[in-house]
Amino acid sequence: MSTVFIAFQATPDARPIVEAILADNPGSVAVENPGMVKVNAEGRLTIHRSSVEERIGRAFDLQELHLHLITISGHLDEDDDQFTLAWRN
Amino acid sequence: MDMKVDKKLSLKDRYRHQTRGLGWETTYQPMDKVFPYDKYEGIKIHDWDQWEDPFRLTMDAYWKYQAEKERKLYAVLDAFNQSHGHLNVTDARYINAIKIFFSAFPMLEYTAHRGFSMAGRQFRGVGTRVACQLQSLDEIRHAQTQIHTASNYNKYYNGMHAFTHQLERMWYMSVPKSFFDDAITGGPFEWMVAIGFSFEYVLTNLVFVPFMSGAAYNGDLGTMTFGFSAQSDEARHMTLGLECIKFMLEQDPDNLPIVQAWIDKWTWRGTRVLALVAAMMDYMLPKRVMSWKEAWEIYFEQNGGALFKDLERYGIKVPDCVAQATVEKEHISHQLWAAMYQWNFGTAFHTWIPSPEELDWLSAKYPNSFDKYYRPRWELWAQMEKEGKRHLNTGLAQLCQVCQYPMIFTEPDDPGKLCHREVDYKQEKYHFCSDHCQHIFEREPEKYVQAWLPMPQFYQGNCGGGGVEEFFKWVHLVPGQDNMDFEGSQDQQNFARWKGMATSNQ
Repeated sequence: MSTVFIAFQATPDARPIVEAILADNPGSVAVENPGMVKVNAEGRLTIHRSSVEERIGRAFDLQELHLHLITISGHLDEDDDQFTLAWRN
Repeated sequence: MDMKVDKKLSLKDRYRHQTRGLGWETTYQPMDKVFPYDKYEGIKIHDWDQWEDPFRLTMDAYWKYQAEKERKLYAVLDAFNQSHGHLNVTDARYINAIKIFFSAFPMLEYTAHRGFSMAGRQFRGVGTRVACQLQSLDEIRHAQTQIHTASNYNKYYNGMHAFTHQLERMWYMSVPKSFFDDAITGGPFEWMVAIGFSFEYVLTNLVFVPFMSGAAYNGDLGTMTFGFSAQSDEARHMTLGLECIKFMLEQDPDNLPIVQAWIDKWTWRGTRVLALVAAMMDYMLPKRVMSWKEAWEIYFEQNGGALFKDLERYGIKVPDCVAQATVEKEHISHQLWAAMYQWNFGTAFHTWIPSPEELDWLSAKYPNSFDKYYRPRWELWAQMEKEGKRHLNTGLAQLCQVCQYPMIFTEPDDPGKLCHREVDYKQEKYHFCSDHCQHIFEREPEKYVQAWLPMPQFYQGNCGGGGVEEFFKWVHLVPGQDNMDFEGSQDQQNFARWKGMATSNQ
């Protein structure tokens, strides 16, 4: 199984997104570097819109991720409710 | 911040309407005449509708989010400039790293902008064209935001005053310039593999992630912010590059050998270009997030490894050059910084010998190579400086016909011996830094015999005349002020003076 990752700028707006990922993806790990936070997961990682909304208390469009994103790894599958990165090996 | 989009259609539906509903089969002219460039490379596409952009970004969302990114970025830049944030960087030596960055990247981003505009026009598939168009807009945004960030530094520090001019003329700028020129003179599919896949997917993480985190670590808020803002677009570009590879490989089995040859070529071309970044990370950042070798292991070996494992299903093999790149991760930053030190009378930035503490950091990070091959050289050169015999290499280097680096890299199996290959082609001799650059030449010799190599051009009198003084004038370089040692430079003196003014009432 290969590692997928997603990295965000270390900002208040990105923090609830990172919290949602860590809560919803058992085994995922956040690695902090200056100015950024990178979340690694084995094989697969999903961001659920509803989970982010619970944390920020307002409606959230998953495409808002673009504002905070630094990089991703893995194949992406995105719709209105979830954003998933996965390797197929 | 209200980012709510009124949604009448789902994300997938909106994307489908934009990228399918807006295309049509031409009838006044045959499609092959309207799109004459997307078949000659030999890539066979049977159904353009199979193209999917996983981000499914539509125009309205694109403008909305890009505008928001710009507002955030320029608010930070204004604040940084207004408060003289440049005086808060860890050490004025750091500014030399961003001099290299700013003298190369904005113009390369601009070439990428042109390349994606061309690809967007050349592909007949609508989804592909829309993705290329968005990337083309991103690339010009990157060029602009980098120039805006650099312009504040340019007010205070030497060496950044002529970057557009120097891209064409400065000898070491021919390394990144030739990379993009090579890509943009390929066909649209090769361009996608060169820039979209090999550069964006496999390699830009190494530039924008650990290096920008390094900018943050060194107090350079401006560079960190534009870097991460650009990288937020790169995530989309990486997805596009990967999508293009999968698309070609799924469309026809005949595409495999063509795609494999491009991946082999561009992985090596990209790896060579990044040696510049390796030296910046290991030698030019006063505070370091990680070594080049560590960054290489995370972003190339682990991430690139996962990617190639995934592409195995299509028959794609890990490029042969990866074995050499794996050996070289221990060496290239040291070899490149040594080259910059020896030839720094002809650069637009300053160099220095690592401090004793920095030598120890390098020893710890490179236990297999540094003490054995590189520390003794730095200690010797430091001793020579002390004795007033500063080592300069006044001979001009033989350049590689493909990557255009001087012959500064060593044999993969012997770090004590420079690597040099030669090929005879039509009664001329051509020189290469490695087996892989030689193979790239041998596949397309008629392309690479046309390469404009700065050193031979200099000897032919095409760089301002024939002398070094004429070269300086021609390249808009002020010798001694823009280059040579950081110690004693105008930059060093000004930074100390301004920093003193900023922290006292004198």
